[in-house]
Order: sequence, then structure tokens, then C-alpha cells
Amino acid sequence: MNGNTRDVPAWVSVALLPLVNILLAFAISGLIIIVIGEDPLQALNFLIAGAFGSQEAIGYTLYYSTNLIFTGLAVAVAFHTGLFNIGAEGQAYVGGLGVALICLAFDTSLPSFVIIPLCMIAAALFGAAWAFLPGYLQATRGSHIVITTIMFNFIASALMVYLLVNVLIKPGQMAPETRVFADTAWMPFAHDAAAALGVSLARSPLNLSFLFALFFCIVVWLFIWRTRWGYAIRTVGQNEAAAVYAGIKSKRIVILAMSVSGGLAGFVALNEVLGVQHRLLIDFVAGYGFTGIAVALMGRNHPMGVVFAALLFGALYQGGAELAFEIPTITRDMVVVIQGLVILFCGALEFMLKPHIEALYLKLQSPQGWTG
Amino acid sequence: MLEEKSVDISAVELIDINKRFGAVQANRSVSLSIAAGSIHGIVGENGAGKSTLMSILFGFYEADSGEIRVNGQSVRIRSTDDAIRAGIGMVHQHFMLVDSFTVLENVVLGAEKGALLSATLTSARETLAKLESEYGLEVDADTLVGDLPVGLQQRVEILKALYRDARLLILDEPTGVLTPQESEQLFDILRGLRERGVTVVLITHKLREIMAITDSVTIMRAGEVVAHRDTEKTSKAELAELMVGRKVLLNVDKGPAQSGPVVLNVENMNVLDERGVPLLRHVSFNLHGGEIVGIAGVSGNGQSELLEVLAGMRPVTSGHISLNGNRIIDSEHTCDAAQMRTLSVGHVPEDRLRRGLVSNFQAWESSILGHQNETHFNGTIFMHPDAAVSACSEKMDAFDVRPQNPHLKTANFSGGNQQKLVLAREMSQQPNVLLVGQPTRGVDIGAIEFIHREIIAMRDAGRAVLLVSVELEEIMSLADRILVMFDGQIVGEVAAADAQEHELGLLMANAA
Repeated sequence: MNGNTRDVPAWVSVALLPLVNILLAFAISGLIIIVIGEDPLQALNFLIAGAFGSQEAIGYTLYYSTNLIFTGLAVAVAFHTGLFNIGAEGQAYVGGLGVALICLAFDTSLPSFVIIPLCMIAAALFGAAWAFLPGYLQATRGSHIVITTIMFNFIASALMVYLLVNVLIKPGQMAPETRVFADTAWMPFAHDAAAALGVSLARSPLNLSFLFALFFCIVVWLFIWRTRWGYAIRTVGQNEAAAVYAGIKSKRIVILAMSVSGGLAGFVALNEVLGVQHRLLIDFVAGYGFTGIAVALMGRNHPMGVVFAALLFGALYQGGAELAFEIPTITRDMVVVIQGLVILFCGALEFMLKPHIEALYLKLQSPQGWTG
Repeated sequence: MLEEKSVDISAVELIDINKRFGAVQANRSVSLSIAAGSIHGIVGENGAGKSTLMSILFGFYEADSGEIRVNGQSVRIRSTDDAIRAGIGMVHQHFMLVDSFTVLENVVLGAEKGALLSATLTSARETLAKLESEYGLEVDADTLVGDLPVGLQQRVEILKALYRDARLLILDEPTGVLTPQESEQLFDILRGLRERGVTVVLITHKLREIMAITDSVTIMRAGEVVAHRDTEKTSKAELAELMVGRKVLLNVDKGPAQSGPVVLNVENMNVLDERGVPLLRHVSFNLHGGEIVGIAGVSGNGQSELLEVLAGMRPVTSGHISLNGNRIIDSEHTCDAAQMRTLSVGHVPEDRLRRGLVSNFQAWESSILGHQNETHFNGTIFMHPDAAVSACSEKMDAFDVRPQNPHLKTANFSGGNQQKLVLAREMSQQPNVLLVGQPTRGVDIGAIEFIHREIIAMRDAGRAVLLVSVELEEIMSLADRILVMFDGQIVGEVAAADAQEHELGLLMANAA
């Protein structure tokens, strides 16, 4: 008889298990929807149609996913080093500051093809700087990265409120936000880019940051699995004693990985600030940094998995908004509950069903069944 | 309870036990009967299935098929609770004790009655005192376990089992952490247990112990029982042959050392840990090319730290280390592990899974650990996995690592093959100095022979080898000179040719 996980093919754990977890989360969500007196199938219908039912819906879904790919990648890189970066939220926020400073300074004097790359660099550098400090404290002082990154989220929040209220605010208005950038400093919308190619797409916030996010999935994969820095990162993350044995300077690696992680988180600003809002405003990150943790967990810290998980959560964001709109008794908070259940089953209880599914698989594979 | 020694009744019978892990048949139709009140040895190479069998008996795993009888009664053992209820106790190789608890608290741990501890502790104190005097197992009940020496911690483990009314005691490799003298004391305890009707099962790979203490012995190979023997009617050579399935050279075949010039010189080295506790004290020695110097000692007396310092993983507090006459490490200057490697110092770490390999890496990734920055594995930005994979294949070929698959996960190799992978990585660099820690720990006999031959081949090629091992036999047969360490100091030096085990044992216990 088989009793060993090694016999179970990879797809069972990589594909089937997350799928069953999602279905379970939806099943429980369905029960809750029944309890509040609505039809769960109809709700599901609205959710799916809301996320994928039209070009516009798909555009919104991909736009949300873009943010989640960046934060998911950020968390994943830190995870490979054995670090739990809770600070993607603050790093993305400060990344927005970098983008805004470049735009405010140069949007009327430099052309798009200069200012957009400058913004990318600024987003990465500002995000990286915000993660560098916790990384440095972890490496040299042993300050726990979870604590410091959480605290840096608060510091980022306070810093940005101060800057937006006192320094960067557009003169003569009440709302704490910068002026709108000149359109030379806008990341092109997908529908505009498509129109330039002669293809008609529905208007949506989707912009070219999405392609940039996919590109960075490949970059992150190459970095982690195909460079000696990635090798060092994985060694430190897997076995720090072995890293010392190998002569890897794990302090430097911790700082490097956190900086890369923060830089990736900073790219959220490309999508939000440069792509959609075209100005810097209070709390534009809106929780993507935290959802990125769930995305990375569910995506098993692999860029490919991160893309799929980001699509799922992007669809939940967008479909959930539609659902709350279509069925008023299912409020926005209810949608958060559904998202919470998905995170619960795919993240926290990820392996709850693993032994059972594997046992079932093995049972189906061996016609003679168990004899133990 | 069986009060009398009787060899007619079986304390435990295992009948036709089968257990599979995936493709591996860990136990195949194993049948075994252990006479009540006897000491029964189980020997076999790593992966022979002896640990699996005992895990089944103690309820860690359930057998796929087969029957277990205790005192003639068929029992089903699905958990360790079931095993304890059936009167079976186990002393694990790595003790299952809480260091910050007292002896008494450790003994009752998991067997507490009621919500308040005091009643249990009071009654346990009496029981413990009775057990201690009955079996001659004196330990102070109120000492913290972390403060006890290893030999006494082992007694606590035995007491734990006896407190739970164990009539059958399984000991898994119990002497690995003990001095020869402590081992002798353990054997006296085991003989005492036997006299009082306790049945003892001893899992070991040390044939000397089997010969010294057991009444009968079962030999396992590849998941099957290959033979049962009465100990007095067998010999070490026969047991070794049965274990491996072919004739084995128990003594290492080596010519005299062609000792060359001093390669490594350690001068009055002191090492303190972060809290200022001395780990190494006034250590001085020379290592010549073409010789193997063995460091003997009970584990935890500074041998590990010595290896770490020489490998560039731990700074020295005072004194210095010179390589080929150049001072490379002193209190001002350190070399990290990467620099030591470029100075041609190879290092086979004591604990290969903790240090020498990354279990989740593919074999080729583990095979470049420490050499990950070398130019032939790297371009400007990207690594060259193909180069590393083919280099790994060559190493696997040269050192007979099986399965010869560079893409297999490191954790999926057996202990012996993991060790050969580490040795291949370090030796293929042809280092001038090779530091080797516990080269054959957890490695089966066939691979031990191979590893010993390779180490001697290094020596014969003029390299300097420093060997740290807790296996006295290994040091005595491999080393040309033996240094004995105790409490961070080198307390004696013996030429291997004149070394007596008894003499070394006394030095190791600092009783000479």
C-alpha cells in the first residue's frame, strides 16, 4: 500500500488543492448568503459576471490584479529569504511619493518616454528605501522584521499625511492631494494603447502597468532561480546555518532581499498614481499590500502562482463590488467576508485537506484499496 | 507482571509485518520474537528497516499488515498511548526531555493526573524513589534536566519509561552520545533491568555492543529479517557480513603516513562564545601534509567549535592560525567560510543536513553550496545551471552517489548518499587541508568503507586531514595521530599505533 506523499503527483498539491480550497471557501460563503436570505447561485452569477462579464469588467479585474501581482511578488521575494514582509503597504505608499515627486518636478518639462522610466526608478528606489531600513535593522540589530515592517507602515502613513497636508497639497483646495499631473506623465491606458493599434477596447482603469507587472514576474523568476543572488537568498531562507557554511553573508542578503521586495511593492504606485489617479492622494494603496501576503501564500511564492492568485483576488475585488451593487443586502462588508474566507482556506488552512486529498487520490489510483 | 526471568515466553512477537512508504518496502514480512527478560539486539545498515519496525511497535506508524502480540495477546497499536498501555517504552536517540523542567516534572510529563500538578508530583516522587532504588538508577529528582550530563539524561528517559510501567524497553542507538565509560554504566543498568524481568531491545549499528551485552540478535537488511542468532554463537565478522550481504573489511587498510611539512598551525588559540564562556582553551597543534589527525572526545567538548573556527565560521578570541606559514586568522583578522575555501581548506561539516546541504534544493544546487560564486558556474548576471548539473553528475559518478540524478531533491537521498555528495563536493576541489566532521554518522557499512578509503586517498595524495568523530573506533583506525579534547582543551596526544581504547576513554573523561 502507498502511504507516502512522494507518490502523489505535483498537480494534486499545486492545482487541485487550491481549487478545492477555493470551492470550500465559496461553499461556506454560499451558506452565509443563504443565512442572510439571498440566493447564493444568483450571487455567484453576479460575482462572476461582475468580474469577467464584459470588456470593462475584465479591465477592472486586471487593473486590481496588477496591484496584487506587485505586492504578491514583493512578499514572495521576502518569503524566499525566510522573511515575512508585512510592510508592502507602506513600501507601496512611499513608492507613490517617489512617483509624485518626479511627476511634480518634471511633468511639464520632460517627454513621456523619459518621465515614465524615471517614475519606475523612483517607485522602486523609494519602496526599496522603505524596506531597506527594516531589513538593515533585522540584519544588524535582530529587530524582528514583522514588527518593524508593521511599524514602518504606520510611519509611512503619518509621513504621507504630513506631506500631503502641509507640503505637497495643491494650493487653494481642501482635499489633501497633489495637483493632477500633466498627461505627459500618465501611464497609457490599455484602451488608449489599443486604440493606437486600431483595436477598440472598453474604457477601464487598466493601463500598461499590467504588462510591466507580467514582465516583472519573469524578472523575479530569473532573479530567484537563475542568479547567484537568488541562490544565496534561497539558501539563507531555507537553512541559515548552511548559508554560514557556504560563506554567504546572510546579513547582506537579508538587506538585499528586503530592498528588492520593497522595490517591487513600490511599483504599485505605477499602476495607481501614474496609471489611474494621476495625482498622489491619501491612502491610495488601500490594503493591496496586505492582500499581497495572501496572494503570495496562495501562489506558493512562485511568480506564476502569484499571477493566478492575483487574478483570483482581482476578480473578487471587482466581482465583489458588482455583487454589492446588484444585491444591496450583500454589503461591501459581506464581500470582504467572502475574501476573508478565501484567504482563510487558501492561506491559513492551506494544508488542512492535503492528507485527505492525497489519501483519496491514492485510493483511486490503487484499485485494491487499503488493507491496513 | 513477569517477575521471573523466563526465556520460554515471548515478551513480544511480531508476525509478518509489512510496511511500505511509497515505492520503498520498509518492512517486508518481518517476523520476530523477543524472549521475555532478555536483551535483544537488532542490527542492520541504515535503511534496513529496524527503526521503522520499532516505530511500528511503539505506535508511531501502523503496519500495513501483520500482527503484534504482547505476552501472547494480540494487540493493535495505533498510537504511542496504545504502546505505553501495552507496557512498551522507548528511549529515543535524541532525548525527548524538556531541559528547563526538573527530573520529576519530566518523568510525569504526559502522565499527569487531574488538573493540579501537586498531587501527581507527590505520588510520582515516591514511585520515582522506589524505581531508582530498585533499578539502581539514582538521579536527583529536583535537578533541572538541562543541568544533567548526557548519561544521566538518558537515565531520566529510562525512568520515564519505567514510571509508565514499561516491561519492554526499546533503546535506539543509546551509546552514540556516551563515553566508553558511560556506555559501560548503561550496560550495567540494562543488565540490572534484565535481572528484574524487563525485556530490552537494543537498536544499534555498533557490533561491539551487540557482542558485549545482548542475549540474542536479529539482523535486518533491506527491510527483511535475514537472520536470528544467539549472541554467544556468532561473531562480529559474521554479523557484519549478514548485515551487508558480503564480506566486509572491518579494519581499514592503510599504509604508513608519509608525513610532510606543517600545513596548518594553531597556536595558543582561545575562543569565547557571545556570553564569554570559554569554548576552546589554549589549543595548539600542527597539522602536516600527508597525515590524518584525529580529534577524539565526548561530543560537546569543543571539537565542533574547533572545526567551526578552522572553517572560518567562528572568530577566535586570542591566539592565531597559520596556513603554510602565513598567519590567516587571529583576534584581529578573520576569514569567513568563503575565504577559507579560496585558501584551499575543504570542510565536511559534522551535521550535513543542518550545515552541509539544503534539503529542499535539488542535488545539483546542494553540490555547489559554498562554491556558488565560482566563475565556471556563473555568467555576469545569470548562473549556468547546466555547468553545475554536469559537474554534479561527474561528482556523483566519481563518488558513486545513488540515485545518480542531479535533479532529485537533496532530502530524498539516503544519509550515506547525502554524505557522499558532501564529500564529493569538498574533495573534488583537492583542498590542501580537509576538515572532516563525523564522516560516517548515520552512514551504512558499505558506504563507510568507501568514505574511509577516500579519506585515506586524500592523505596519500599529500593533503592534511583533520578528522573529528565521536566514533572512537573510526578515529583509531583512520588517524595517524590522535588528539583528545576535554572541556575545550587538548588533554592528550597519542600516536594511533599505540592507542588503547581504555587509555583514550580515560583521557576523554579527563580521568587519566
